[in-house]
Amino acid sequence: MVAGEEQELRPGIAERLTGRRFFVTGATGFLGTALVERLLRCVPEAQVTVLVRPTRRADARRRAEREILRNDCFDRLRSELGPAFEEVVASRLQAVPGDVGSEGLGLDEAGRVALAEADVVIHSAATVAFDAAFDSAVEVNLLGPRRVADCLVELAEERARRRPGAPPTHLVSVSTAYVAGTHQGRAAEVLASQASQQGGGPRTHATVTTEVDIPAEVAAARRLRADLQAASREGPQLARFQAAARRELGSAGIHLLAERVERLREDWVREQLVEAGRQRAQALGWPDAYAFTKALGERLLVERAGEVPISVVRPSIIESALAEPRPGWIRGFRMAEPIIVSYARGLLRQFPGLPEGVIDVIPVDLVVAALLAVAAAGPDPAGPQVFHVASGVRNPLRYGQLVDLVREWFTAHPLYDSDGQPIVVPSWSFPGRGRVQRQLRRTTQALGGLERLLGSLPLRGRPAERLGELEERRSQAERALSYVELYGAYTETEALFAVDRLLGLWERLGPADREAFCFDPAVVDWRRYVHEIHLPSVVAHARVRTTPQRSPLADRTARSRQAVLSPERHLAAFDLEQTLVASNVVETYTWLASRHLPVADRLALVARVLAAAPGLAALDRRDRGDFLRSFYRRFEGADAEQLRADAEELCQRFLLERAFPEGLARVRRHRALGHRTVLLTGALDLVVAGLRPLFDEIICAELAEGADGRLSGHLVRLPPTGEARALALAEYCAAEGLRLEQAVAYADSASDLPLLEAVGYPVAVNPDARLAALARRRGWPVEHWGRAGTRPWLPLGPVDPGRSRWWTRLRQALETAGGPG
Amino acid sequence: MSPRPGYVLDVDRSTPPVLFWHGEGFRLERLPEGSRVIYPPEPLPPLPDPIGAIRRALEEPLGDSQPLRSLLRPGMRLTICFDDVSLPLPPMRRPDVRQLVIEQVLDLAAEAGVDDVCLIAALALHRRMTEAELRHALGDRVYDAFAPQGLLLQHDAEDPDGLVHLGRTDLGEDVEISKRAATSDLVVYVNINLVPMDGGHKSVATGLASYRSLRHHHNARTLRHSRSFMDKDHSELHSSNWRMGRLIAACGVRIFQIETTLNNDAFPAQLRFLQRREWEWTAQDRATYLATQAALRRLPDGLRRSVFHQVTAPYRLTSVQAGEVEAVHDETLRHVYAQQLVEVEGQSDVLTMGLPYICPYNVNSIMNPILVACLGLGYLFNMYRGRPLVREGGVLILSHPTPRSFHPAHHPSYIDFFEEVLAETTDPGEIGKYEEAYATDPWYVHLYRTGNAYHGVHPFYMWYWCAHALEHLGGVIVVGGDPAAVRRLGFKPASTLADALEMAADVVGPSPSVTHLHAPPLLMADVR
Repeated sequence: MVAGEEQELRPGIAERLTGRRFFVTGATGFLGTALVERLLRCVPEAQVTVLVRPTRRADARRRAEREILRNDCFDRLRSELGPAFEEVVASRLQAVPGDVGSEGLGLDEAGRVALAEADVVIHSAATVAFDAAFDSAVEVNLLGPRRVADCLVELAEERARRRPGAPPTHLVSVSTAYVAGTHQGRAAEVLASQASQQGGGPRTHATVTTEVDIPAEVAAARRLRADLQAASREGPQLARFQAAARRELGSAGIHLLAERVERLREDWVREQLVEAGRQRAQALGWPDAYAFTKALGERLLVERAGEVPISVVRPSIIESALAEPRPGWIRGFRMAEPIIVSYARGLLRQFPGLPEGVIDVIPVDLVVAALLAVAAAGPDPAGPQVFHVASGVRNPLRYGQLVDLVREWFTAHPLYDSDGQPIVVPSWSFPGRGRVQRQLRRTTQALGGLERLLGSLPLRGRPAERLGELEERRSQAERALSYVELYGAYTETEALFAVDRLLGLWERLGPADREAFCFDPAVVDWRRYVHEIHLPSVVAHARVRTTPQRSPLADRTARSRQAVLSPERHLAAFDLEQTLVASNVVETYTWLASRHLPVADRLALVARVLAAAPGLAALDRRDRGDFLRSFYRRFEGADAEQLRADAEELCQRFLLERAFPEGLARVRRHRALGHRTVLLTGALDLVVAGLRPLFDEIICAELAEGADGRLSGHLVRLPPTGEARALALAEYCAAEGLRLEQAVAYADSASDLPLLEAVGYPVAVNPDARLAALARRRGWPVEHWGRAGTRPWLPLGPVDPGRSRWWTRLRQALETAGGPG
Repeated sequence: MSPRPGYVLDVDRSTPPVLFWHGEGFRLERLPEGSRVIYPPEPLPPLPDPIGAIRRALEEPLGDSQPLRSLLRPGMRLTICFDDVSLPLPPMRRPDVRQLVIEQVLDLAAEAGVDDVCLIAALALHRRMTEAELRHALGDRVYDAFAPQGLLLQHDAEDPDGLVHLGRTDLGEDVEISKRAATSDLVVYVNINLVPMDGGHKSVATGLASYRSLRHHHNARTLRHSRSFMDKDHSELHSSNWRMGRLIAACGVRIFQIETTLNNDAFPAQLRFLQRREWEWTAQDRATYLATQAALRRLPDGLRRSVFHQVTAPYRLTSVQAGEVEAVHDETLRHVYAQQLVEVEGQSDVLTMGLPYICPYNVNSIMNPILVACLGLGYLFNMYRGRPLVREGGVLILSHPTPRSFHPAHHPSYIDFFEEVLAETTDPGEIGKYEEAYATDPWYVHLYRTGNAYHGVHPFYMWYWCAHALEHLGGVIVVGGDPAAVRRLGFKPASTLADALEMAADVVGPSPSVTHLHAPPLLMADVR
């Protein structure tokens, strides 16, 4: 081995790096943040330039400020420096805009200068998500490192001009140990090209050495997105998205549906890209697209080895800090954390894995120290050097041991459910990945089927909310399945990552460096690390319930009600049907139509309406406006005067009897607070005329009346349904000088979504299943308003005593038979 | 055989369990030995020829009044007022007494050539009657003759153009009544005097009045001093009404009062066991009782309620008198007492009563918790003359399921009263501070005027109705009631009568004397 033969590293790391210029990519990431902090804190006068991708909301400087410096990683430095912190940081850290995903890194002039003048470039930018879209993984992970190298080559002259006599920039590229795959055996710290050269005899190493035509791979990935984009826009695909959106939102209006369809389409493209990446990677021997693109990225990078001095650092699974900047520091929810938290919440009943297999975890501060040591040691003139930063060989943590440690800890420190009860963690029996996947797939399918079945029932209010719980269970199962699919390979890994070169470097460190820049995996005491450092940090980050407090739900309800009834709100909009009264358009029609019918004809009417019901329901689901338009045709030819009189009776004797008193009280409460109240309903004007005194404005459907005093059956204007409601309310607000953000809206169904989304304070009342699910996801308050005591009867008008013939006669005959006289 | 008078039974070991009304159902309860059960008198024999009796009453008026025939002349303005749906209870079989009387009055008016005739349902602040209810009370002939022409009105105490302020009494009480009545040449008021409270000057002074006028006697102070409001001569409520009635007469409003009394035949043959004393139940009565109970248990609440509200009483007319208000009313009271009065010796520590499904304010509707309180502590508690059946500081035990349900169209303000006012206080003297807001609430006014809702202030009146009992009693216990609703009323819930008696003993001392009011059919206790 090369490293062991060398002399002790003198002077030490800090001295060697003092005053050097660093250029860091991926600084907003977990490793990058820790690296920048360590550079500023432990390397005197080091100048650090970070490459930050500007986003729509924030430019590079602002992102660096917000996402790097404000992270609690810098708490230690901030307190050590005191008031000087800002000044020190301003003089030593600069952010330049750029993107490793674009050609030439998208650098501006300042960026090019900084890169040209840099002594060390540490490239840690990567798409670390294992389920990243394939093409973006290709752009960032595969092409990123090479782009950095290309830029350095391009800027060589500039560098020579600006810093005459300075050695060429040393590029330290962060890769991953898993470029070697997860197969059995020992993976050495060599490049793929070197590993394949060792071939010939029996394979004793794990490195995947498959030959890949990289430019073809890149072109294919890029084309794939274009192909999928095109496929996603084809008819059958769009029809599927539309059906799915309708299932979720019902007849919420074209606008919202379209938005949802577009989101579903984009999600589909992404999913397909993820899936394509996984399939491609696995076909070539890697566990997933991340390892695959990283591996190819390494290969593409070292093609430039002749022109740029390169070192490659391959960490394994990076987890929370052992000591620096403080024990337990972690950024973001990484690979293991969601699994651990799901386990602690009792959601992961099983997880595959080999109990005797090694789970290769390495604390972030060890990786940072190794990077700095590599940078300090400088490039090997003989060619690119590879360093594994992994624990598996030197200080192995067995998967079974880890699971035991985690279970022990959560048994002593359980999480609590919403009822304040401690959650008992399951014990895993380490079944095969296939079995767990099959089980979870069956569970998700069964739950999904049950959900669809129940979703097709007309549930409202609390039962509908139960349905929401079912949906939650399904999404939990789906998440568990995705964890198993994504990470299962890593818990079944049998590869061992050799760290000979890393240890060689370690041997060369003097005692002071070993103290200040420790990266020997042997220092980790796994029990202490898991129990005292990692898990407490994970739990703190996950914002889970760690004390047996009652659910704060009651408080939240009271608070949201208070917000809704605050005097600052100035408008309250109400839907009518199922929000204020337990009735609907069909029932009011049946009532009115039967009002003057003799008993025998009523049965025929009921039969007719029942026969039409399925068609009506289907039309209503498709488009509420169309439904109303077609349904109101039934009023064609009705005597307007008579109908008005009957409707007044209907309102008093039917609507009010079916009213939700709490709902009416809420309307009156808003009025008492001085809020305007608006009724938005698809019901007819004459039906709701009796509710007039409750509302400042009633926006409803209105039928045209002919000169002969008969209704035409056609609506005067668009019925206020779906989006039209939101628009009508917006118009009202504009006309009255009110603001929608201060408005409250009460509605019961997903078709009212545009209205609810338009206002600042939406309230779901007795929500249907779809709205219940949406309200839960968005944290909207939900009210359950019940009827005051009367039971639902057939929606028929009272028998008209003046006109019914045999019925009245019979009753009179019966009564007079027993009466006086 | 003449009907038997009321009876006070002393419970001994051989006494069978006693029937308690329990909302839309019944309970059979064993009372402790030594308790008393007061049974109403049996129904008096009816007038053999009601139509003839009515004609005779109109021809031979009482007091300072001419026969109706001679009061009628062409070109005059005649207004006929009648009691609303709150009377009688249960509603009587067709034809209703109001129909019989009004048909005779209209015949006379037609003979006399009176053209300007108008009918007014004297609602006061009660809910408007439905078409079916009006047809039931007046008959189809009268309804079809008047309603389509808009001549069948329902008193609107909130119509600013339909009221007239006639002045103030000596005590400063506003008298504001229906303008149509006040400006008529003759007002004929047709009463059904089911209980001694009904009729007299109260008919017009209350039935046709506005809130402005009613609040002078419908308040906690007046009702605390009406002991009881069923006993005219000891009722501040009646004194006030009499002052107002005399003022109305003094203003020149001419009233021809017609009062009618009914016998005690309150339930149809199918429910005859309700009118029999338990030890006299035949095998058929027992079987009917068991079958009824079994059937009722299987019905859902709403259906059970509507079954009961279908019940009509085979009431028969026992007297009819017409003429000058006070003379007529004295004669009426004589007939009411003849049917209902039962002599009782002394008070007891505990009074028990079973509350039925109906009270004056929930005909074809739901008996909500406030009405439960009003029926027990208002109506039945006050069915006494002399002294209350229960001693001061004694305990009243009611039996009623007291569900927390309300009729949203009939009793909208009751719901809010229950949730807002009773949650704060159950003291009739205290609730007054909320009264104005409820009385003037535009939504309640709208529902009262256009719908079938009781006036916004009505639940307050129900609570004032209880004022005397609440002041007199040491506690109220409800057996078998919804505990939350019962507690909201300020009462104590008990699951059995035995428990309730135990709880009562904590208030009145051990081995209390117990009296059970076996009603309805109604009776009035004459407590010596």
